[in-house]
Amino acid sequence: MAIDFTLNEQRSNYSGDPAMPLLWYLRDHARLTGTKFGCGIGYCGACTVHIDGAAARSCVTPMSRVAGRAVTTIEGLARGGRLHPLQQAWIDEDVPQCGYCQAGQIMAAVDLLARKPQPSDADLATLTNLCRCGTYPRIRKAIRRVAAQWQGGRR
Amino acid sequence: MTAAGALLVSLHGPRMAGAQPSGGGSLGAFVRIETDGRIVIGARGCEIGQGVKTSLPMLIAEELDVPWSAVTVEQLPYGLIASHDPPGFTSRYGPQGAGGSTNIPDGWKDLRQAGARVRWLLVQAAAQTWQQPPDQLRTRDAHVLHPDGRRLSYAQLATRAATLIPPADVPLKPRSAYRIIGQPTRVTDAREIVTGAAAYGIDASMPGALTAVIARCPYFDGAVARLDDAQARRVPGVRQVFRIPGPQPGAALDRNLAAGVAVVADDFWSARKGREALRITWSPGPGAQDSSAALERRAAAALGTRGKVARQDGDPEAARKAAARVVEAVYVMPLLAHATMEPPNALIDLRPKQALLVASLQSPGGASRMISAMTGIARPDIEIRLRRVGGGFGRGLQNDFVAEAVLVAQALKAPVRVLWTREDDLQNDFYRPFGLHQLTATLDPEGRVSSWAHRVAATPRKSRAEGMEEESDWIGCADPDGFPAGCVANYLSEFLPVEFSLARGWLRGPLPTFSAFAVQSFVDEVAFATRADPLALRLELLGAPRELAYRDHGGPKLHTGRLAGVLRSAAQQVGYGRKLPAGHGIGVASHFTHGGYAAHAFEVAVSAAGELEVVRCVCAVDVGEIVNPLGVEAQMMGATIDGLSTALNLQITVKDGRVEQSNFPDYPLLRMAAAPDVEVQLVGSEFPPSGAGEMGMPTVAPALVNAIFAASGQRIRRLPIGDQLKGPRTADARPCARSPPASDT
Repeated sequence: MAIDFTLNEQRSNYSGDPAMPLLWYLRDHARLTGTKFGCGIGYCGACTVHIDGAAARSCVTPMSRVAGRAVTTIEGLARGGRLHPLQQAWIDEDVPQCGYCQAGQIMAAVDLLARKPQPSDADLATLTNLCRCGTYPRIRKAIRRVAAQWQGGRR
Repeated sequence: MTAAGALLVSLHGPRMAGAQPSGGGSLGAFVRIETDGRIVIGARGCEIGQGVKTSLPMLIAEELDVPWSAVTVEQLPYGLIASHDPPGFTSRYGPQGAGGSTNIPDGWKDLRQAGARVRWLLVQAAAQTWQQPPDQLRTRDAHVLHPDGRRLSYAQLATRAATLIPPADVPLKPRSAYRIIGQPTRVTDAREIVTGAAAYGIDASMPGALTAVIARCPYFDGAVARLDDAQARRVPGVRQVFRIPGPQPGAALDRNLAAGVAVVADDFWSARKGREALRITWSPGPGAQDSSAALERRAAAALGTRGKVARQDGDPEAARKAAARVVEAVYVMPLLAHATMEPPNALIDLRPKQALLVASLQSPGGASRMISAMTGIARPDIEIRLRRVGGGFGRGLQNDFVAEAVLVAQALKAPVRVLWTREDDLQNDFYRPFGLHQLTATLDPEGRVSSWAHRVAATPRKSRAEGMEEESDWIGCADPDGFPAGCVANYLSEFLPVEFSLARGWLRGPLPTFSAFAVQSFVDEVAFATRADPLALRLELLGAPRELAYRDHGGPKLHTGRLAGVLRSAAQQVGYGRKLPAGHGIGVASHFTHGGYAAHAFEVAVSAAGELEVVRCVCAVDVGEIVNPLGVEAQMMGATIDGLSTALNLQITVKDGRVEQSNFPDYPLLRMAAAPDVEVQLVGSEFPPSGAGEMGMPTVAPALVNAIFAASGQRIRRLPIGDQLKGPRTADARPCARSPPASDT
């Protein structure tokens, strides 16, 4: 049975194993490799995407669960060549080291700011994505930078 | 590096190769000047997050005299080529591996020259064009300037420059003329990273390539006894299932780590489902009864025997007999895994006489040698494309995952990628060894340190390693020339080898991190025993600024003044000696790592219930000339958080011959909530630069436990800290009832 869904604003369908995690559809079938494999158990967050606008860990999201829904990956975050403010802030604060987890970090941060446009320290501490390089302080700076822009009305 | 419409400035030629016998033929291959004026600079290193894809091209751009904004960086492939005179191989780009924080010191030597030579060529080309002596011409922002005000862009000169041959050595810029070196410079690939476009090894694909996952024997040196693959073969998408040979028990670990069964499929999900459907009976190897508990017992027993003396100064035995007091402590370092965020993977296409490898590597040279040895393909015919690497930490210094890809591709006769899961990764690593460090200091009647002995029981780096016969037995375990060697008249460094079943490797700042925890914790214990201030005791032991011989990696000299400098800087920044709230404490530590000098100062709070809070976290570092301050700061911040993660929670344990941990929940790296901000102090100096990837790691754990002691009176001697602060405080952990030194309270 085919699964119809939207992927980065494009209609898509899939008719393989409905238990296959979205991550492996993205990486091996759609060839969208910006979403990364880290743990396979939904713990590290390297595979974070948005489903209907909310952060989800694609390595534990079976394809059956994306039927009729809209999936956005890191590749679909910039619109018309214009980076999302968080992507720009990641560059401005020089966040990445190895960079492997950063797509997931950004997707999680976009979700956080959508819920908490002015996040407190406690809100930032709810981000559970792992960064093995230890870029957390610069991630916080990048998120605060965007929050400050938004507070200044530059949304 | 070639591209349509581009002008290639190549310094590569027979005369160059002759002028630079050791890899000098590569020096022309880094720069391409596009007709539109863009300067394309090749990045030769393995980018594992340490920033070399940015910092190495900065060195070239500086001497080339181009604005960084005009530079486009391109990743170079592994550059081994055949040489005919003498017959053999030569490296087109010079050293390309990532290990030991050597990229910047290496590039400081040859990549600045590479840039300067291209600039020399462009100046010569302008001199010919204008019929002017070259010494009257200057360069600025990718132009050659005539004294009369005329200018020629590098793009206009590139064709002519390409016909010229530079001398072996051209003058380098004076430091005062630097415009790129020393400027905060952002990660060159940042836009690709934040848009998901950056290519890692795991993202590589080839037409027709299949995916393999391997069920590896969970017992080290074990084997497949029985295999029933009928169900696995029925999984849709699974193409083949076959056995993979493992290492001979006890033999050198120069290929893959474990025997197993490969499941090859159209995609990862099918391969993994196929692997889950395998029914395998393993035959445990000779290490099946081994455990980390047994290892610790063997190490403790070894401390009761005589080992190999790595260094002895004066007469520690006589000093001990004459001592007024003896202070002694044993520190326990756990096994550790690398846990790179990108799991090991390799994509390979093997043909009868050539091969193509695309992978996330730290040692492309090792991969090249291994593929050649396994296939008989000549090394220059093995193409290796380098990708961004999702974390290195030393894991990639072994190419066991490449060996697996070769084995699978040989059986399959088709291109294949081997992909590991996190469970595969944590259970099949070359682990940082377990070790016991026994530190003994004797004190004379005035309370001065009269001797210092550091005895280490650990698994030798040479254990089951290939090609290390010439190395010292204690390499990677004992640090005979490390502080306080040379600072105490009677000194002993002794190594006690302990056998263990698991493979053993290098982990970020390997020996420094392994050694500094014991040494820098013990300095504080001696300070406590003598009622000395821990910072003052360190500075007293370091003594006058001078150079001491240091024979291990990062030598040949250790400068005591630079070590004291970072210590003072960190202490000043944290406000050492100020009055602290009850339950707070400050701890410091410093260490020399691979040619760089780092110190940490922590202020922590420990509650009555044993809750630990990091209040302040300072890292001061002296890496000599700073190429990219933003990069060095990132490395110190990252290494500090890596060090905290490791000190607080990380260890690998073995029971019944098997690794007990399997995924991040039981190897819990620090997350955002527990990661403090790190105040990084860049202590400038004009010494030639060291690297920066590893220096920030070794002093984290000792500074942290020293701060914990100052805050709580509890001495942590076993890592990780885990829940030791929450349990009942043992007599061993509470040295005596005296209050901590006044400056810490």
